[in-house]
Order: sequence, then C-alpha cells, then structure tokens
Amino acid sequence: MGTRRVLPIAFAVLMGVPALAQGPTYGVGRTPSVEEIRAWDISIGPTGEELPPGRGTVKEGALVYRAKGCAGCHGATGIEGTSPNLKSKIPAGPNVELWDRGRILPLRAPFATTVWDYINRAMPLNREGTLTADEVYALTAFLLYINDVIPEETVLDAQSLPKVKMPIGDRYASLPEWKPRTPRLKGYPE
Amino acid sequence: MGSKRPARREFLKSGAALASGFTLGAAAPAIGQTSASPAMIKGDKDYIAYGARSRFVTSVRIAHGGRPSPDAFGLVFHVAAPLQDSVGVITPSSLHFVGTTRGSYIPDIDPREHRLMIHGMVDRPLTFTMEDLKRLPSVTRLHFIECAGNRSSRRAKTVQETHGMTSCAEWTGVLLSVLLKECGLKGGASWFVAEGSEEVKGASSIPLAKGMDDCLVAYGMNGEALRPQQGFPLRLMVPGFEGIFHSKYLRRIKVVDRYYMNYNDYGHLDQDAKVAALDYQIGPKSVITFPSAGQQLPGKGFYEISGLAWSGGGAIKQVEVSTDGGKKWNKAEFKGTPQRMAHTRFAYQWNWDGKETELLSRCTDEIGQVQPSREQIAKYWNKPFDATFSVPGLDNSIQPWRIATDGSVTNGHA
Repeated sequence: MGTRRVLPIAFAVLMGVPALAQGPTYGVGRTPSVEEIRAWDISIGPTGEELPPGRGTVKEGALVYRAKGCAGCHGATGIEGTSPNLKSKIPAGPNVELWDRGRILPLRAPFATTVWDYINRAMPLNREGTLTADEVYALTAFLLYINDVIPEETVLDAQSLPKVKMPIGDRYASLPEWKPRTPRLKGYPE
Repeated sequence: MGSKRPARREFLKSGAALASGFTLGAAAPAIGQTSASPAMIKGDKDYIAYGARSRFVTSVRIAHGGRPSPDAFGLVFHVAAPLQDSVGVITPSSLHFVGTTRGSYIPDIDPREHRLMIHGMVDRPLTFTMEDLKRLPSVTRLHFIECAGNRSSRRAKTVQETHGMTSCAEWTGVLLSVLLKECGLKGGASWFVAEGSEEVKGASSIPLAKGMDDCLVAYGMNGEALRPQQGFPLRLMVPGFEGIFHSKYLRRIKVVDRYYMNYNDYGHLDQDAKVAALDYQIGPKSVITFPSAGQQLPGKGFYEISGLAWSGGGAIKQVEVSTDGGKKWNKAEFKGTPQRMAHTRFAYQWNWDGKETELLSRCTDEIGQVQPSREQIAKYWNKPFDATFSVPGLDNSIQPWRIATDGSVTNGHA
C-alpha cells in the first residue's frame, strides 16, 4: 500500500515535473481571455486541435501559390527557385529512401500540421501572417499534392489535415529524454 | 550620436584648439609624469550620457557563414564575435554574436506594449507585462549562448571565423520555474513551446524538465536592458542548449504534452537518434584565443596562453593545454571560478623556444564529458578521418593552432 502511494510522486519527479497542486505565490500577472489565447496561439501540434476553421483544395492552392508570389522564391513548380525546394527532384521508388529525397518540408515533415504551421507562421517572406486560414489550407494541400502525399481531390480542413499520413511515418529520431547534469550522448566519443 | 563624434575628433586633432584654450596638461608636467602628454577627449553630451570605447580599439564583429550582414535590404543574418580580442569571460553586449532564424530585420519593440503569455496545460493561464516581470524575484547568472553553426573549417582564418558564434553575458531575469509555478502545471505536461515575436515567430519545443531546472526569462544583459539584437525586451535563456532555443522577443510559452514539431523543431529533424542527441545540449568545448590564427608572435620567449572553455553539461572542471601538438598535456589555470554553462577563462604560461609547433586545448566538464579531437569523433562514427570528414551535430572538437618559426599563427585544420 505504502509503495503504491509513493510511486506516482516518484514518477512525477522522474519526469521532471513536480506536482504543483497549489495556488499562485505572487499574484502577479493577468488572466487572458479565451479569445485572447486563441488569437495568440499559432502553435499547431500534431493533433491539430488548434487549427482554425477554414478549408482549401489543391486547385485553390495552385492559384494561391501564383497569386502570393511563392514562385518568385521557390520556382514555378517548387524546384526552380533560390529558396528551399518544395518538391523533391528525386522520384519515389521501391529502392529510394525518403531521407535521400532531400530536405523537402511537404515531403519530409512528420505531420501535415507542421507544414500548415510553417506556412502560416513564416510565409510569405516579409508578409508573414497575412495569409488567411483558407489560403494556408489550400497551399498545404497544393504542396502535399505535388509531392504525391495526397490525391488531387483532397479537401483540407481542421478535421482532415491532421489525418494526412506523411510518408516518413515514424522513421525519424525522437529527442532523447533530457535530464539535468547528464551527458548529451552517453559514451560519446570514446 | 555617430554624426557628432567626428566633430569631437576633429577638435582633438586640432593642435590649435588645444593651444588656444586651457592648457590641458601640456605645459608644466608634475614630477614623475612624462613631458609628452596624450591628446585629450573633450566631453560632449553623448559621450557623457552613454560612453564610447577608445578610438584606438577597433575590434568588431564580422558577418559569419559567407552571407553579408546587413545585406542589401538591411537584413541581419549571422554575425560573429571577435574572440581573438576577448579578455575575461563577458562578451560586451555590442560584440555579442547575433543569429537570426533566416535573414531578418530586428524587431523594434516598445516594452510598454510587450506581453508574455503562458498558457496550455496550466491551471491558470497568465499574461505578464514587463513591469509585472520586474516585480518578481530575479536571478543574475553568467551564461554562454552558442550557435549550432559554430563550426571550425579548413578555410577559416581566425578564431572569430572558427568559434565566433559563441558569446557569454551576465543575464538577469525571472526563473521560468517561478512563472510556471505561478500558472500551476497540469499533470501530463512534458514539453513547452517557446515563441518569439519576430517576423517568423520562430518556435521551439523544449523539455519541461529543462524549463523547471534552469531556464530564465531574461530582461537584463550585462547590467542594462537586453539589446534589440539579443531579443529586447525579453528573451528565453535555455542554458547549455543550442542558441536557437534561446527565443528572442519572447511572447508566448505554451505548455504541452508532446513534441510539437513546429518551425525550429522541423529544422532539428534527424534520421539518427545519436545525431539528434548531439543537436541539443552542447558538448564540452574550448579554444585558445591568444595566440590564435591570424595573430603574430613578435619572437620567442614568454607568453601567457589564454582561452575560453564552456559546456552545456555544467561547469568546466578542467582545461588542459598542449604546446607540442598533443604529445604532452598540461593543466591550465582558471581565471575566476567556473560557472555552470558559462565561458570560463583559462591560461597556461608558456616559453616559446622559437620552433614550429602546434597549440591545443581540451576541457572536461563537471559531469565528466571530455572535449574530443576530430580523429576521435571520426572513429566514433566509423568514418575515415580525412578532409571530407564533417563532425555530426554541433562541432565541439579540439582546435589546433599552428605556430611557424616566424611567429605567425595559422589554423591547424588547414
């Protein structure tokens, strides 16, 4: 019985997250409203729970790509620009490893939400934050389509986007659990 | 300010001005003074309000990585600190290295308008003004920040080029743990996403355990407010982690239960778990700053070899210096007490016999990690050690400096 009560606490300490069922100590700071938080929260995680309403298709995305000047930096088909390529130059094949097809965001990203978050946050250059939710859904659809991740008729919205299966699957390294005062990689480089 | 300074200099250069006015120490030397008195700097408003260094001190930062800063559009990319001229452990704020996610303009933020929001898996989301943050208990700590791209190469000609993307300052602010406790963490919370207010709103996922251990929400740097290039008015310090985690212009912290794979996280995506581990907490690293490549020794004789050591694993425990290309290693002395995740100044007294040799330094941190040579690293990865070898993850390998018989110092990797 005694062990059972201790274990959850020990677990919490191990995870580095102390149990903090307590009130504020200083009472400094203001409580933001739900709307305020929603307006500020542009971090779209893998579950997509933060995604705003809206929708976009591949065809619409192709139009947005031209209209917003994406081609100016990334090239007409995503490979001719001076900025990072948005489409792999190396075709998929039975003996072609995804990691060898280049550092292509809409191909290599582990989640489609990462592509949405990236465009919404950081594009277009010098006009960041000006795209509408519909435009970001449409661009995401277009970029996933030109990399053969989704079929042409796909409509992306807050429900369908997190369900897109990215080709990388789980073939990428997760970061090791971080603990204070611990070597970054045990045994390196001996 | 810049437009006024030349006027002052002209005044100083003008002997007539000196002669006509007060005798600024020129006429009757007191006993023990030389008769040749230096020129004088006349005070002006700016000089009194916010001093300037001597016009004879010309040490400056340089663009790093082959991309101009500023570029033709005024964008700032990466800028390296002149470590070859450094003394002590603090990098002056004006010379602190700068990194931006991609070439960017520097946000010009009115601190009265700035807010930090903490939300997500917390009992009480809170928004803090700068005034709020300054009411809370503060800490002041020395910490280095190093860019992941701080990599030595065969082409680099000076220590500024090989190692200039690290700097160390005294940071003042509130421990993130204080703020997180004020909000109350919910069970299951394991990561947080830190976000800045620059143009890309760069976001990084950081282990909550790190956030509760020693992260700092800093508003002060070297005794004054942060500089705009360093995130004014607020930046996150993640001591010992790669520079990119130290979010500038910090506006939001979201407590979550998983790795969020947002903007900067995608940049960290690795295939190999070992490389991923090395792209995170910085390993033990040291470099000799004097004598270093590009400098010239006037002749044989005594020199105090001086350098910097640091580690993301904690405080530096030991530094060794070799003056014979790595055959014999000698214990270096510390100038001051090594601090956790801070530059530590080391020194070794050396009599140069005038013969060609190679100077090296290596360090050990408080958790026993030892700075490796490139050869050791190549062996670890089972790769041939040749010109094509590139150190995976952040390069913390030993830097050799070659001393030629004429006293010239060059990069030992070249």
